[in-house]
Amino acid sequence: MANKIPRVPVREQDPAIRATNFSEVCLGYNLEEATLEASRCLNCKKPRCIDACPVNIQIPQFIEAMKVGDIAKAADIIAQDSSLPSICGRVCPQESQCEGSCILGIKGESVAIGKLERFVGDWHLNNHSEITIPTKNGKKVAIVGSGPAGLACASDLAKMGYQVTVFEALHEVGGVLVYGIPEFRLPKKDVVAREIESIRRLGVEFETDVIVGRTVTIDSLMEDEGFDAVFIGSGAGLPRFMGIEGENLNGVLSANEFLTRANLMHAYDELYDTPIYVGKRVVVVGGGNVAMDAVRTAKRLGAQATIVYRRSEVELPARIEEVHHAKQEGIEFKMLTNPTRILGDDKGWVKGINCVKMELGEPDASGRRSPIEVTDSDFEIECDVVIMALGTSPNPLIASTTEALETSRRGCIITDDNGQTSRKGVFAGGDTVTGAATVILAMGAGRKAAKAIDKYLTEL
Amino acid sequence: MVEILDRQLLAEGIWQTKVLAPRIAKAAKPGQFIIVRADEKGERIPLTIADYDANEGWVTMVTQALGVSTRKIVAKVAGEHFADVAGPLGRPSDFVTEPIEELKRRRFIFVAGGVGTAPVYPQVKWLKEHDIEADVIIGAKTKDMLIYTEQMKAVAANLYIATDDGSEGFHGLVTSLLEELITEKGKQYDCCVAIGPMIMMKFVTMTAKKFNLPCIVSLNALMVDGTGMCGACRVSIAGKTKFTCVDGPEFNAYDVDFDEAMRRQGMYRTVEQRALAIAKERTEGHKCNIGLDK
Repeated sequence: MANKIPRVPVREQDPAIRATNFSEVCLGYNLEEATLEASRCLNCKKPRCIDACPVNIQIPQFIEAMKVGDIAKAADIIAQDSSLPSICGRVCPQESQCEGSCILGIKGESVAIGKLERFVGDWHLNNHSEITIPTKNGKKVAIVGSGPAGLACASDLAKMGYQVTVFEALHEVGGVLVYGIPEFRLPKKDVVAREIESIRRLGVEFETDVIVGRTVTIDSLMEDEGFDAVFIGSGAGLPRFMGIEGENLNGVLSANEFLTRANLMHAYDELYDTPIYVGKRVVVVGGGNVAMDAVRTAKRLGAQATIVYRRSEVELPARIEEVHHAKQEGIEFKMLTNPTRILGDDKGWVKGINCVKMELGEPDASGRRSPIEVTDSDFEIECDVVIMALGTSPNPLIASTTEALETSRRGCIITDDNGQTSRKGVFAGGDTVTGAATVILAMGAGRKAAKAIDKYLTEL
Repeated sequence: MVEILDRQLLAEGIWQTKVLAPRIAKAAKPGQFIIVRADEKGERIPLTIADYDANEGWVTMVTQALGVSTRKIVAKVAGEHFADVAGPLGRPSDFVTEPIEELKRRRFIFVAGGVGTAPVYPQVKWLKEHDIEADVIIGAKTKDMLIYTEQMKAVAANLYIATDDGSEGFHGLVTSLLEELITEKGKQYDCCVAIGPMIMMKFVTMTAKKFNLPCIVSLNALMVDGTGMCGACRVSIAGKTKFTCVDGPEFNAYDVDFDEAMRRQGMYRTVEQRALAIAKERTEGHKCNIGLDK
């Protein structure tokens, strides 16, 4: 009985050592470990994992291929549904998706689907076969944004023969994979850059430093530059703040700013010019993956680092693995705590944060129990940096410069199920449509839109 | 990579760099800025656009060498390349979208201080191209630090110079000159646009207020991406938090919390000063400050 084997533990950097470096925390399986872990899969008749995967990867099938050592076949099976396995294997919240529904997880431990996917993805990056560049069909598609949605859309369209140009506002390609998710969770050179390189080899062109809505517009791309269709995958880049007193003090910053300085601008590396200020004690407000990324980055830069979150630990929206890793690394978690005011010194720098204790009441619209303030529970946490990780919303730049492009009240671009917007020939997907979500959902939306664009341009 | 077409010294430590950037040149409007990254390890530095030509595809910027990054920018000569130039960013000046006839009735006074003279130039030039008159005050510490006076003369209705030491033009601050123009020279204005150091803009705003003169300032906040993503450029405008990069850079001067804006500009000063000291030591060698070399 294959399922008698316990889940194969994955090798990780020692917490004490990794809390001082930016190298990847999780080292992943080797072939032997991966094959052993694959052997645990029951290959269920009615696999629940497939339905729980946002893009319905044929999970038991790729694991079956791994059992007999046919990694190339496993890679092909995954590729039918996912274009970024080495990335999703690392950043997907597996515990609430595939692994969360694994039968083995009911009485014991689920199959480590994420780690297996990562193994296959990495193997593919190292052993990819010759890519045949498809013959061009003469039609041009512009992709706005080079994050997961844009990359997936570009890659599929290029394979169908379209001439694809990806426009990126920043100086580096990758979107949130580059500016948001830290090196210790998603290596840039070994994983992200190589995934992008494989898309480049399909003939996709990348133009950085082009801000759609400023440098060019959706209309100028279609009218002046001859693009037959446009896909908008510009993400959700605008940081939210709490609107509490003291938020503009020196030392208060968005997680986006902190992480962009560290990740995109390499501020942690002395050879790079961009400064970063981490202080002695950092408080990160929020409980999502971005909050975990920020707090663990602060720790690695030498600060004492604390998470402040208004609900309890079970409600933390971050991946369980990230919370676990953060705790191992010595991050302090202050749950059921909500900031009310940031305190400044006479020079306008942060000296502390005033908080109140919370308790959980009735479930709210999101189904989570809503936090209620405990009266007279004010207390102060001394700190010199406060990082706000409260979520992000779509950048209004494109919507505000594109006539007749409909958006919701929350600023999200409105599309049908296939990514078609209110404008003919203009498609959208990912966080700019859904609001901040996951890499895999954005990737899935990009692929769906690629199909819709192909249909649109074929029938045109 | 963006090719540098030309570099000129305008005053001590102040350089004008012209780059080949056809997309930016085509899209640029008065009031907008660009982000420049000198090399692969460089910082993203926001700089106002000093001039542009859509047909020839170039953009110029004026940079005062103050820290590691601005020094890297001014060090690049014609034929060399910047790693990146992105833009145009920010909202164009409001007048760009206002009816020309209305603008023709408006009496503009631009107050430019130091390198802030450079971003004033495309605004006055645009107005001139649309037959709209504008007076301009350029201020500097001393005669040698004045920039863009010739260019400005060609587009301004009247150009007034102020130097702190009186080495050219009016002897004193731009605020005193503005006050003199209004009270003693009988000049009447309906719109003041002030661009320069934050402290100058604060005082021009106070002067304008005395005469109930509507005033616009262009803020030079710290930024990383310049597209609304990081929020480093937060400023308080009429008590509300705004992002300089996407909501500005130009704001109604009366709404700006200048003291907060100045304080926030200093957020990374110590880190930057340390970086500059390290860079200096690398090129000039270490000088011991505690006497160990004696």
